[in-house]
Amino acid sequence: MKKYIFLFIMPLTFVTAQSYFPNNSGVKTTKNSYQAFTNATIHISAENVINDATLLEKNGIIVSVGKNILIPENTRVYNKSGKHIYPSFIEVYSEFGIKKAKRSGSPGRSYQFEPSREGYYWNDHILSDYNSIRDYKYDKKSASKIRKMGFGVVNTHRANGIHRGTGILLNLNDHENDSKRILSKKSTEHYSFKKSVTSNQNYPGSIMGSIALIRQLYHDANWYELGNSLTNDLSIEALIENKSLPKIFDAGGDKLNTIRAIKLGKEIGENFAVLGSGKEYENLRELKQQGVTLILPLNFPKATNVSDPLLTKQIPLSSMRYWSQAPSNPNKVAKYNIPFVFTGFNLKSSEEFFSNIKKAINYGLDPIIALKALTTYPAKILGMEDKIGVLKTNSLANFIITSDELFKDKTIITENWIQGKPHILVNDNIINVDGDYDFLINNELFKLNLKGSDKKLIAKVTKDSTTFSTKSKYSNGWLDITIIDKNKNTFAQFNSKINDKSTLNGNGIDFQGDSFVWTAKSIKSDSMSKVDSKKIKNKNFYKPVAITYPNNAYGNKYLPKQKDILFKNATVWTNEKEGIIKNTDVLVVNGKISIIGKNIKNTNNIEVIDASGKHLTSGIIDEHSHIGASSINEGGHNSSAEVSIEDVIDPDDINIFRNLAGGVTTIQILHGSANPIGGQSAIINLKWGESAEKMLYKNADPFIKFALGENVKQSRSTRQLRFPSTRMGVEQVFIDNFQRAKEYGETWAKYNKLSEKLKRKTKSPRYDIEMEVLWEILRGDRFVSCHSYVQSEINMLMKVAEQFDFRINTFTHILEGYKVSDKMEKHGAGASTFSDWWAYKFEVNDAIPYNGSIMHNAGVLVAYNSDSAEMSRRLNQEAAKAIKYGGVSEEDAWKFVTLNPAKLLHIDDKVGSVKIGKNADLVLWSDHPMSIYAIAEKTMIQGKTYYSIDNVSKKIKSIEKERNFLIGQMLDASSKGAPTQEPKNVTRREFHCETLD
Amino acid sequence: MKKTTILFCIISLNLVLGQQTPANEQTQNILITNAFIHIGNGTTIENGSISFSDGIINYVGENISKEDSFPLLLSKKQSRVINANGKHIYPGFIAINSTLGLVEIDAVRASDDEDELGDFLPHIRSAIAYNAESKVVESVRPNGVLIAQVVPRGGTISGSSSVMQLDAWNWEDALLKSDEGIHMNWPSPYSRGRWWLGEDPSLKENKDYLKSTTSIKNFFEESKVYSGQKPKHLPYSSMKGVFDGSKTMYLHASYEKQIVDGVNFLKEQKIKNIVLVHGEQSINQIKYLKDNKIPVIISRPHRLPDNEDHDPKLTFKLAKKLIEKGIIVSIDPSGQMERMNTRNLPFYAGSFSAYGVDKEEALKMITINAAKILGIDKQLGSLEVGKDATLFVSKGDALDMRTNILSNAFINGREISLETHQTELWKRYSEKFSTQK
Repeated sequence: MKKYIFLFIMPLTFVTAQSYFPNNSGVKTTKNSYQAFTNATIHISAENVINDATLLEKNGIIVSVGKNILIPENTRVYNKSGKHIYPSFIEVYSEFGIKKAKRSGSPGRSYQFEPSREGYYWNDHILSDYNSIRDYKYDKKSASKIRKMGFGVVNTHRANGIHRGTGILLNLNDHENDSKRILSKKSTEHYSFKKSVTSNQNYPGSIMGSIALIRQLYHDANWYELGNSLTNDLSIEALIENKSLPKIFDAGGDKLNTIRAIKLGKEIGENFAVLGSGKEYENLRELKQQGVTLILPLNFPKATNVSDPLLTKQIPLSSMRYWSQAPSNPNKVAKYNIPFVFTGFNLKSSEEFFSNIKKAINYGLDPIIALKALTTYPAKILGMEDKIGVLKTNSLANFIITSDELFKDKTIITENWIQGKPHILVNDNIINVDGDYDFLINNELFKLNLKGSDKKLIAKVTKDSTTFSTKSKYSNGWLDITIIDKNKNTFAQFNSKINDKSTLNGNGIDFQGDSFVWTAKSIKSDSMSKVDSKKIKNKNFYKPVAITYPNNAYGNKYLPKQKDILFKNATVWTNEKEGIIKNTDVLVVNGKISIIGKNIKNTNNIEVIDASGKHLTSGIIDEHSHIGASSINEGGHNSSAEVSIEDVIDPDDINIFRNLAGGVTTIQILHGSANPIGGQSAIINLKWGESAEKMLYKNADPFIKFALGENVKQSRSTRQLRFPSTRMGVEQVFIDNFQRAKEYGETWAKYNKLSEKLKRKTKSPRYDIEMEVLWEILRGDRFVSCHSYVQSEINMLMKVAEQFDFRINTFTHILEGYKVSDKMEKHGAGASTFSDWWAYKFEVNDAIPYNGSIMHNAGVLVAYNSDSAEMSRRLNQEAAKAIKYGGVSEEDAWKFVTLNPAKLLHIDDKVGSVKIGKNADLVLWSDHPMSIYAIAEKTMIQGKTYYSIDNVSKKIKSIEKERNFLIGQMLDASSKGAPTQEPKNVTRREFHCETLD
Repeated sequence: MKKTTILFCIISLNLVLGQQTPANEQTQNILITNAFIHIGNGTTIENGSISFSDGIINYVGENISKEDSFPLLLSKKQSRVINANGKHIYPGFIAINSTLGLVEIDAVRASDDEDELGDFLPHIRSAIAYNAESKVVESVRPNGVLIAQVVPRGGTISGSSSVMQLDAWNWEDALLKSDEGIHMNWPSPYSRGRWWLGEDPSLKENKDYLKSTTSIKNFFEESKVYSGQKPKHLPYSSMKGVFDGSKTMYLHASYEKQIVDGVNFLKEQKIKNIVLVHGEQSINQIKYLKDNKIPVIISRPHRLPDNEDHDPKLTFKLAKKLIEKGIIVSIDPSGQMERMNTRNLPFYAGSFSAYGVDKEEALKMITINAAKILGIDKQLGSLEVGKDATLFVSKGDALDMRTNILSNAFINGREISLETHQTELWKRYSEKFSTQK
């Protein structure tokens, strides 16, 4: 029985076994002949083309390529006259053949803080020890799909984890087994910001946590490599071992994450090839500076179905623009000389792949660069330039044969040879029989139309005006047609061996059941060209609409320019000893406030703004904001000092513009309040349209967010709690961390004092980012802004700080600050509070709107903040509440939202008042700035006008116009048969303190 | 010794609870002179006087300065005279669609009584859950909010609302108009995936829309044919007032489609009194609303536009567009932290005014318009002879926070306390620190 099964299976196995394997199925054979592909146009590489050339191959390796190649005797020759030969493409990013990672069970009601594995890194999401080969199995079906796109080699990996381990590089060769297919079982190392699904370990819970984790991993690896660790760590060992492998980073299709990945790579010394978003055109200048290779997806968005006008209204302009601009992405990236490769990993079919590459070419991409992006560039990423992506002696015999030049309209790939083995994609021996024919049955004239002979043949038979039902087949060179006459309940059937398409002939049975000899004559073959012209129409190439910075409705085509400006006759709120001065001029030169005075002469003929009846103030500063960031909380640990909002700034957030419209010029983006020791904050100028990096204040003092009370105790969580769960525990978290930071600092200080010689002999302490940050606080190099509510906790934290000999810079929220104003004043803490919030949770039950005035009167530096994307737009009115509740003077109340927060953020040397030499961060108000009727008419940062009420009304009109224009194009595209998608409006999530990521 | 301890306990308890004792009935005529009077119907008297007794206004007009120009029925002796010295007088502000008194602390589930289980709950009554001693309710009065419609939330038909005055011993005492309206949340024609479950969070067509609207239709049809037979059907019988016009139907709807579908449905059902609540997209259906005479309780301006393409100030500009087309508009304070923010109602009106609504028109939104919508305009909503003396005196413009500083407030002639547990804490700690110095 066994024997039979064996015999049955054997003939199905095409793959050849390794040479040293025993063979019991016959005699041992070795193929040792050459194959030559002659008379073809051979593209040795994108730029090097030889006509009428020959490619000579043996055993999967190219022997020679060129003209006048000597063809040895034992050569099988393929005449490829009229055809083109290109190197097969290289797919660098894929999950081909790898079993999907198994999702670990639901975490249930408890959090997992510890790693699940022993002897590996402390974080389960670092899987540097994982090798994709472990879960690899060659998948013929997918191989065929990818081969159809023209790929011969694929670099695949398991997409799971922040460090995903290694990938494998293999040939998509159906005719060999893995022993020959696999080029490298450890080809690349893979990274992402996304946690693995195989573990529920809580940390990291945010993108900034992922960034910090990778940073720490590299510090740990360097330290480990120098032999400083007393314990073993298999993940780190793998990381060290795989050091030299090329690194690929999956940025998750997010444009900002692409930049983040590149920057992180720079920091840790890795030159990542980054899988981009397809929206690179939005920040080319920034990408250009980074000097990396990008992996570009080709999944251009479909047009939106805009047939429902009400739903269409919900779609933001930015997503319509995406449709218009995405196909121009490869060209734009190329124009900036940023090297890139294409990937087809997220495409459904080879048709989509080629039509999108061709689309990109139609949008201006140089076909030579397109070809490089599929061959030489990916080979370079993989460090395999000599082996793949090129057709030369000793490189792999991986090549595609095409009917014409690759990116021409009608070109098809007919064969994809991999390691010298043929993979026929399209049988180009099939004679195309599409067209119209006349034929006779029983002396009656019938008309026949055939189409689809390359795939599925459809035959249409008519006589006069009657159309008959038919069945037809065209395979292996035989055409079979059955005509059914339903009226008479009869049929006719005939077939033909096709030798050429001008005449079809063969035998058949007529409607009477008699056999007859059948002949059909081709009348004309214009149906082919008809289809083509329709296809061409379907392509829908539109000129992409202009990009703005940022690329949404209120972005600008050009960033605002710094201009010298003279404000005439304003009521100026100086926030200085001059107080509020009427009928005053303010001159702005080079982005700075240059002169404040009466009747300033416009000597240089600069722009003059008549500010009569208007009020000019310094820009509003929001000490506590959560806009403009991609994540806010890293709640995975009770201390996350290692994370930084600076890593996750989102400069495109529309709320930045809305803030400008409310006269806000500077914000501190604080980490949330999920844990007692939060993350580092970012202080930014709201320079709408600039990159994250340009928005950041340079050389500003660094800050960190702490939090106390209900949120850090996780009072409202239904899941098992993380320590601490009481205010008592909160204190201990601080004491514990500061004690450790102190000891950490002492250890380093001691180590750093050692002579170089002794240092070499001593094990160095571990570099711990979290401890470094806390140590900065202890040294007075970093400042704390602490979320706080009730008096007990406020007092507690001041005592802890005093115990460790530092000061809390700012208590934020601080709604019971009024109860301990004296203690705060003595400690030297400032307050950044809400004007009137209360009653939203238990700990704000005693919050009173007089809080600000009581603290102010007690000598505490008081600011009003927003913690809300909505409220930050009207902080001027919040300041007015200090007048209402507790009678703070107008001048002082205004400082609550300008000078005082500037002082709390240590930037009052630059901003916060209208003073000669300070930055021209100015707002022109229609009215008294704290009046409910006041409207910000102009908001300026460093002399550049980022918001002006006149421009906005113009913009609103142009937004409407552009929307209608794009809706028109989409309608046009869909009427021409382009596929559409249902309308989508993804609204930004609005972050506040308690948003858990 | 013991007595003093007890006394001390009582005093401090008072301080902690902070609830102000409701004022007694008006016993004496009160005359306020030298005031800038905002009538509440769009007109003002720059230098005027107002007089009221037994809780009813008996004079509004030119300033009464001399004894001889006192109205006949009054004499200086019989009256308590308050010289406003140029301060402003306003009718008590009215918060519509509020949840005052139904929740004390947002995050404390035990203090939350705003949303009952179930879908069709016209029989659920907010009035009886209204906490007359709520510290939050107390805190809105010093800003001029003296009347509120208290509305249950949730479900498709949330329940029935009542109008309360905000100085009372208990809910019964607080009632001004009981069960005056039924609130219905029209289903959304769009839905979003739950992003936290990995679903696509974008806005899509709601596949269940027809199903949801059909269930509303069924409920209305069944209610309509219900004629009181036993066993009694509480939800159906509670709908009676909606059909006979004695109760107002409050249609809560934001999207254009919701608004039109909801109003069309109610018209088909021959509902007489329809009021639109929220109406964020009402701006695109102004003519339709006007033709159907639908008042709009427009969402507060303190919210973000729901689309990044929208005018950044769109939410502030809606009121103007509706008012200039002749629609009766009031303000809906609902949203995040709505109860504590109800004290900012005057500033919502002020914000609408900053963006184009005339100041006195803006005031109407929270006075006479609100009263009209609630059907209490014969009694409240403006300062006119014969109406309730529910009013307050403010240092200046009460729609602007700088000058919204109240010195006196009256509900039905009763002078209410403007203290709150917050003012008490303010005084307590101010004093602590001033004595420390």
